[in-house]
Amino acid sequence: MTLTATAKAAPPPVPGPVTDGSSAVRRTWRRLSPYAYIAPFFTLFAAFGLFPLIYTAFVSLYRVELQTPGDMEWRGLGNYTALFTDEFFWTSLRNTFTIGVLSTVPQLAMALGLAHLLNYKLRGRTFIRTAILLPYATSVAAATLVFAQLFGRDFGLINYVLGLVGVSPVDWQTGTVASQIAVSSIVVWRWTGYNALIYLAGMQSIPGELYEAAEMDGASRWRQFVHVTLPGLRPTIVFTTIVSTIGATQLFGEPLLFEGSISGGISHQYQTLGLYMYEQGWGFFHLGRAAAIAWVMFVLIVLLVGVNALIVRRRSRKEAGR
Amino acid sequence: MTALAAPPAPPTGTEGTPPRPERRKRRAPRSMHGGMLSYAILAVALLISAFPFYWTIVAASRSNADLAKVPPTLLPGPNLIGNFEAVLEEADIGKALLNSLIVSGSITVGTVLCCTLAGFAFAKLRFRGRGALLALTVGTMMIPPQLGVIPLFMLIAELQWVNQLQAVILPGLVSAFGVFFMRQYLVQSLPDELIEAARVDGASTARIFWSIVVPIARPGMAVLGMLTFMTAWNDFFWPIIALSSQEPTVQVALRQLGGGYVHDQSVIMAGTLLGTLPVLLVFGLLGRQIVGGIMQGAVKG
Repeated sequence: MTLTATAKAAPPPVPGPVTDGSSAVRRTWRRLSPYAYIAPFFTLFAAFGLFPLIYTAFVSLYRVELQTPGDMEWRGLGNYTALFTDEFFWTSLRNTFTIGVLSTVPQLAMALGLAHLLNYKLRGRTFIRTAILLPYATSVAAATLVFAQLFGRDFGLINYVLGLVGVSPVDWQTGTVASQIAVSSIVVWRWTGYNALIYLAGMQSIPGELYEAAEMDGASRWRQFVHVTLPGLRPTIVFTTIVSTIGATQLFGEPLLFEGSISGGISHQYQTLGLYMYEQGWGFFHLGRAAAIAWVMFVLIVLLVGVNALIVRRRSRKEAGR
Repeated sequence: MTALAAPPAPPTGTEGTPPRPERRKRRAPRSMHGGMLSYAILAVALLISAFPFYWTIVAASRSNADLAKVPPTLLPGPNLIGNFEAVLEEADIGKALLNSLIVSGSITVGTVLCCTLAGFAFAKLRFRGRGALLALTVGTMMIPPQLGVIPLFMLIAELQWVNQLQAVILPGLVSAFGVFFMRQYLVQSLPDELIEAARVDGASTARIFWSIVVPIARPGMAVLGMLTFMTAWNDFFWPIIALSSQEPTVQVALRQLGGGYVHDQSVIMAGTLLGTLPVLLVFGLLGRQIVGGIMQGAVKG
């Protein structure tokens, strides 16, 4: 029969009625045809997804210039040593970290609060959910150009509003902390609604009985939130944290377009790793060095995700031990 | 890496699937009607979400001199058409819009097709290496494609595709998330019995795919299509590397606007408005479905 060794999980395929002598051909085709279904995706995936990712490590060991991408000259670890002696690399690493924290933490905290409110029975629920997702539909470029004007030093609306409450104008472009807050706020604006919906989906999958039981025990709304909602949302929170962390590591459009310079401000004060990579590769034409930066970013992401996973595991173990 | 790649909430079917039993009582009894405070906080959140859009319209319809006034203007003015004309002239937004439409449209059609084919195979067909290939796909879901951008550029340069739309279209077709999404969708909403019955009737796999799988997968394909279109339209990093001002997408044109080529703030805002309108249009028409799609466990693109 046509049973293969892998046919354990689901019921075996029913062979078609054997009508002629070509059944062997047909059997072979049936065994091979699944590959025809995944071929289009995997061909593209291999060429434009997997190959570039793997080849990045290889390119980072060579001198490759943008004008002549075909010529590769062996450098060994030269790109990396050059990288680690460049002060702007360290600046961008630090900026990536601070901007990452400034954008991820408020974003997820506010998303959690919003999701909690959206979970109530509200009038116009669908409208509110859609409206809150609007920023997610705008492109990085459009959002940044608008915010760059709102954050203008002399005529920006934000400074004007601050002036109304007696705060003197902030120079959002040149101040280190100020410019990082400004860049982070663009990220927060674009992603908070999106994450709120993800949390809302998580909240809706928490069984109602848990809340009923908590209610019986006389738990207040706040205590229900802390003791029922938060534990139930844990996997979702872990997931959004990881996704946001990865997103923050490769921030690029916001710092590039905030003023339109590839150095991320006059003194590189808000240049992120992604922008630094772009500057090395497409500003100074050093593709090999840019590949080394990409590789460093990859290691950084693996480390951050690993730390995340460790924290989660330790917390789970603590709770199991209780 | 792989263990973390799965979204927490597997997609729950929209139409065509039996509603899950807990649907009825998923709303906790304590979720009474939101009080005044909830409405107030949500109103503020909505205001913050919407205000930049409103302000874009204001700025795009004013003159540059108006934008340099204290106190700032908060009402739309008469210059919208003039600014549109200026930006069409200075940044070639018309061509950019057309290019973006071609690129995003092609990516959407191609991605939905590839992902439905592969998702079907992973969901319902058995073949050697299925588990490993799926793990490979899901495992790379979390790795930002940005990290492969240098070899990708070298590849495109080798093919002489720099500044041509296929340089953006073909890499854009690779959506590991899409394969995973379609697989989850079909596992949930395509009964095995249907396929078996068709097999007994002597239908080939291809026949089964076109007459059974595609009709059932349609709602999932629609959600994936919308998310793909939005992501492709808004994609920034790769297009500014692969294309230039001669053959721009909207995002590339916006980058030029912001890069000091145009100094007139109101013209820049007019360009931003033009570049955002198509997506807002899609969102206005299909926002509900997009919300549904994201709540089914979508992942950042």
